[in-house]
Amino acid sequence: MKVRMIKYSKPYLIMIGISIVLLFGQANFNLTLPDYLAKIVNVGIQQKGIENAVPEAIRGVEMNHTLLFLTPENQTDVLNAYTFVQNGTAEADNYLKKYPALLNQSIYVLTDSDSNTITHLNPIMARGLLTVTFVELLMSNATLFMQVNSTLYYQLNISLPSGDLFEFLAGQPLAVAFINALVNSRFSSLGEAFIIQAAIQVVRIEYEKLGINVDQMQLNYMFFYGGLMLLLTFLAMACTIGVGYLSAKIATGMSRDMRKDIFEKVENFSSTEFDTFSTASLITRSTNDITQVQMAIMMVIRLVFYAPILGVGGIIHALELAPSMWWILAMAVGILLSLILVVFYIALPKFKSIQKLVDRINLVARESLAGLMVVRAFNKQEFEEHRFDEANIDLTKVSLFINRVMVIMMPVMMMLMNVLVIIIIWVGSHGVADATLQVGDMIAFMQYAIQVTFAFLMLSLMFIILPRALVSLNRVAEVLKVDIMIQDPTNPRHFDEPFKGEIEFRNVSFRYSGAPENALNEISFTAQAGKFTALIGPTGSGKSTLVNLIPRLYEVTSGAILIDGVDVREVNQQELHNKIGYVPQNSVLFSGTIASNLLFANENASIDDLESSIETAQATEFVNSKPEGMSTEIAQGGKNVSGGQKQRLSIARALVQKAPINILDDSFSNLDFKTDIALRKALRKSISASTVLIVTQRVSTIIEADQIIVLDEGKIVGKGNHTELMEDCAIYRDIAISQLNLEESL
Amino acid sequence: MMGRSGGPMRGHGPPGSRLGVREKATDFRGTMGKLFRYMGRYKWLVLLVFIFAAASTTANIIGPKILGNATTTLVNGVIAKVSGTGEIDFVQIGEILLEVLIIYIVSAAFGFIQGWIMANISTNVAYRLRRDISEKINHLRLKYYDETTQGEVLSRITNDVDTINQTLSQSLTQIITSVVTVVGIVIMMLSINWMMTLIALAMLPLTLLLIGVIIGRSQKYFKQQQDYLGHVNGHVEEMYGGHIVVKAFSGEEKSVEKFKGINNQWYQGSWKANFFSGLMIPITFFISNLGYVIVTIFGAYLAIQNVITIGDIQAFIQYIRSFTQPLSQLANVSNVLQQTAAAAERVFKFLEEKEEVLEVSNPIKLKQVKGLVEFRNVNFGYNPDKIVIQNFSAVARPGQKVAIVGPTGAGKTTLVKLLMRFYELNSGVILVDGYDTREMTREDLRKMFGMVLQDTWLYNDSIMNNIRFSNQEASDEDVQAAARIANVDHFVKTLPDGYNMILNEEITNISQGQMQLLTIARAVLADPPILILDEATSSVDTHTEILIQNAMDALMQNRTSFVIAHRLSTIRNADLILAIRDGEIVEQGTHKELLTRNGYYAELYNSQFEILNST
Repeated sequence: MKVRMIKYSKPYLIMIGISIVLLFGQANFNLTLPDYLAKIVNVGIQQKGIENAVPEAIRGVEMNHTLLFLTPENQTDVLNAYTFVQNGTAEADNYLKKYPALLNQSIYVLTDSDSNTITHLNPIMARGLLTVTFVELLMSNATLFMQVNSTLYYQLNISLPSGDLFEFLAGQPLAVAFINALVNSRFSSLGEAFIIQAAIQVVRIEYEKLGINVDQMQLNYMFFYGGLMLLLTFLAMACTIGVGYLSAKIATGMSRDMRKDIFEKVENFSSTEFDTFSTASLITRSTNDITQVQMAIMMVIRLVFYAPILGVGGIIHALELAPSMWWILAMAVGILLSLILVVFYIALPKFKSIQKLVDRINLVARESLAGLMVVRAFNKQEFEEHRFDEANIDLTKVSLFINRVMVIMMPVMMMLMNVLVIIIIWVGSHGVADATLQVGDMIAFMQYAIQVTFAFLMLSLMFIILPRALVSLNRVAEVLKVDIMIQDPTNPRHFDEPFKGEIEFRNVSFRYSGAPENALNEISFTAQAGKFTALIGPTGSGKSTLVNLIPRLYEVTSGAILIDGVDVREVNQQELHNKIGYVPQNSVLFSGTIASNLLFANENASIDDLESSIETAQATEFVNSKPEGMSTEIAQGGKNVSGGQKQRLSIARALVQKAPINILDDSFSNLDFKTDIALRKALRKSISASTVLIVTQRVSTIIEADQIIVLDEGKIVGKGNHTELMEDCAIYRDIAISQLNLEESL
Repeated sequence: MMGRSGGPMRGHGPPGSRLGVREKATDFRGTMGKLFRYMGRYKWLVLLVFIFAAASTTANIIGPKILGNATTTLVNGVIAKVSGTGEIDFVQIGEILLEVLIIYIVSAAFGFIQGWIMANISTNVAYRLRRDISEKINHLRLKYYDETTQGEVLSRITNDVDTINQTLSQSLTQIITSVVTVVGIVIMMLSINWMMTLIALAMLPLTLLLIGVIIGRSQKYFKQQQDYLGHVNGHVEEMYGGHIVVKAFSGEEKSVEKFKGINNQWYQGSWKANFFSGLMIPITFFISNLGYVIVTIFGAYLAIQNVITIGDIQAFIQYIRSFTQPLSQLANVSNVLQQTAAAAERVFKFLEEKEEVLEVSNPIKLKQVKGLVEFRNVNFGYNPDKIVIQNFSAVARPGQKVAIVGPTGAGKTTLVKLLMRFYELNSGVILVDGYDTREMTREDLRKMFGMVLQDTWLYNDSIMNNIRFSNQEASDEDVQAAARIANVDHFVKTLPDGYNMILNEEITNISQGQMQLLTIARAVLADPPILILDEATSSVDTHTEILIQNAMDALMQNRTSFVIAHRLSTIRNADLILAIRDGEIVEQGTHKELLTRNGYYAELYNSQFEILNST
């Protein structure tokens, strides 16, 4: 079965590959959205669009002030990353537009914006800038100045002068160290993230001093990421639509191929295979089951492939943002899975049983409908209602249970999601307080958590859909893997010309597959060319089976059937069938017209041929009574004509073939006596030259046969003409007497 | 989130049944009215359900806004902390979260109760509908079944009732929750910020437009696909059903060629149908994403202006995320309701079909039935414009045998149906023991008759119960005694479980002849004064035929019998022969009388034995 799927997916492998790539795209685009959302919240809103504390440009003065508070190595690192731009130079003109302040003073421009450098410089610059701000504060805040100055004097015996502190500090390393320590102690409780966030406010002020429009800068930042998000949204949709397109094509394409194969296969089945599967089951397998498989393929591509990509991707993204909250995800997925498992454990058996109960209620209703007259004749309406009610109550109980489970699932799932969000906010807030997390990250994490649980939910849905589809797939595969019993020989022989039509059964035995006993035993007889051979016997004696062996609808189990001395197994079936006009026991007509049904036997037949066949089959009156004559529509299964009419058309069809051998399997049963006689008379004329085999239950039909074969329990118990058999075949005599009431009429 | 999954009964529906081909009820309002009246006794409960559903949804919608406050508190705390003016207020955050948790619990509880009640209601309504249909089956005029197939009636019981059940259990509350959600979200969004709301709602017309276009498009392709699938399935059914003919006339290649053609046509329609219907998901998703992005960008813009807070953005995101699903559900509402109305309309139409004529108010009860049956000037036609029995009169005296003869399909069972009052006469009367059968209850009338038809009817139960069907009070011994008279006791005893053997669903575990014997035993057990018998024909082998004949002969002793006759001896021994052609009684009389008349009967009789006479 797996092999089958692989085989059918082969022509679509490229499409499947593209689908998977698109699914990765879809998942990735969708999952990047919350990341950008976090950026917008964290940087765009909270940090005013400034990503870090390493300013992209800084006034020369400010830079010098900052460098004052850095260690020598850090000073080097910072200066390496920045380039000095002197105002008035040609170089400065390039930057003038961006930093209008460059007109009057020189600036430093960040030229090494490598992410490693930034990460390295971020805390350094943050501290430096904050310290500068602190010193500036000292200069403007007299109280604070006094406070700091007294401590400084007390500890180091240094006194800060009034005026430009920075100039003073340049020559006072001890004072610089003191101030650094002071600033550090002030911020140490905040943590790294807060220091940087605080420094970013300083950067913003610095940007303002450089003449940058900071509000515009913030907006630009947000529109940039907003635009990216918009782009991602479009890309995600494009991917999804692409997947939808491909999956539709793949699923319908595969089911088309599969359906074609199964149909072709079944068309080549012999009756043996039809018996093992039953016609109804073969129809279901070729129609409904294929549809089920098709639906499943589509689901697999759209959801089963997607869910794990989304789930795993979501987990990765979420953990990148906030590794400390992994346990929330694990818990959510764990609870969800166990919930689903519990529901499956409880509901799945009920789901299975409900189909049985529906079948049961259908059966009871069908029985009631079929037995309408009997039920009313015996006044058993209430009994039937009671029977139905029992089935109805059983069904109602289970369906109530399932309805309840489904109905409870919804609030429970919602609750799970909501509680998840609450927990994330609670835990996330603490993360924010501990500076391990930013607010935007927390909001994004919420989105990821929902997506991850959603992915698992999708996967679990598969457990409902896939088993059903697998059953269907198996049923399709069963048909496809059948070895057809009857096949054309590799080196076919041909019938000699002129074809005579002598049929010889040589020790033929036949057993239906799986049956304990032979249906036919050691059958030997010859139907002479151009003669009329009849087969009679009680039900189940093997008459129909016997004639079905001639056109090789079944294969003999042992012995051989020879036509003009050639074993039927040695010629192509088509050649064999062309020699045989066959009227089956159940008259089958196809939808179309009367003419198209007759032409089924021989496409090249002329109108005259059709008309004469119709006449022989005693159908002229009926056909002519229709306003459209031979063009009269025949509904599917010949539902719009009566049994007798069907039988006559079925005979006419065989006659159109003008075959040298004609087999009529109990073909008169639906005809009234008069038509029966007229038909037999006409047949005698029109096919007298051919070999005729007639299976019948009516003795009256075959009294004139050249040879009558009497079958009982699969054996020949009498052979001869009517008079001979009346003499020496007890079974024949029994049948004849019971039908004709011989003693009385003679 | 799970959307509208197919119910357990919906086994064979086309992909996305509910999205599939649109059905329309002819009288939508009337039918829906009937459905609600049918649910009448639950009206207060349904109202309660609606209130609970609305309450649950409302609580669910309030949640995000309050949660947003928690985030805002957090953000303010962070700002305070950075500027060194304060700390994060965990007490307040905790309080908010607790409040939201309680709201969510309340919401879940309401949702749970609502769902539970609605599940009870819908299941119960489905149960009652099925019960009413099953009762209706037994009270409809038989004429109804001349025009309706079994499949149609079965489809009322399963598919249509299931559709109603699903709509009641899921869609109905879904409509309420969807409306409340949409309205509620709009209100909540407005309460946060009207500008953001306007921007977010700007997508609304876009959403509806797109969904409308897609539904329209996929509708068209679905119909195409459905048609093609019909062709494919039709061809499969036909070719498999007539496989022997296909083989015998070497039609395989032609058939496969034709199949390839329609299969390809189907493919062309089907992938488009599936593609377009599949578009619904990405597009609603896209719109939801679009809303999310727009809210983020403009929310951020407004947050910079200090018009809204970050918590508000978070709430907006949550709202926008849960906005599109109810919208697309609402877009499909008319479809769902139409389908439900169409299903309900079919069910109600069936339940309102004409029943058998009412019983007379003071029925005659015969104490002892002698078995005198008289047809007096009977006129009858299945259709009023086509009278098949014209001014027919005949008398069957107690204990007499009446043979009904005629070719197959001539309508021999018509008389049977009239005797048992399955159909009402156009004019004239049928009398039993001199009393008009219309003056009796149908039950009393039918009690007088025992019926053994050729298409036997047995059901999926034990043989014992199948025989006992005609007389529930009969003991096991009575059943066996009846079986002995019907010549079937011996056969039953050879079966694996004897009388307790369960007949399988298709009744294939016993033969046609044996089935017939069982139905004879059933008639024996009923012990009726008047009999209606259908003689076996060719489908039974000689030995069984003799058994059946003997059983019937035994049964006919001392009873007035109407026999649909095939055997010569029956015909010859009959006290009265009714010769039928095309449903009409052409001649009546004894065998001798009719032969001398040399009319239809004589022709019929002679044709059967023409060859024999000539030898």
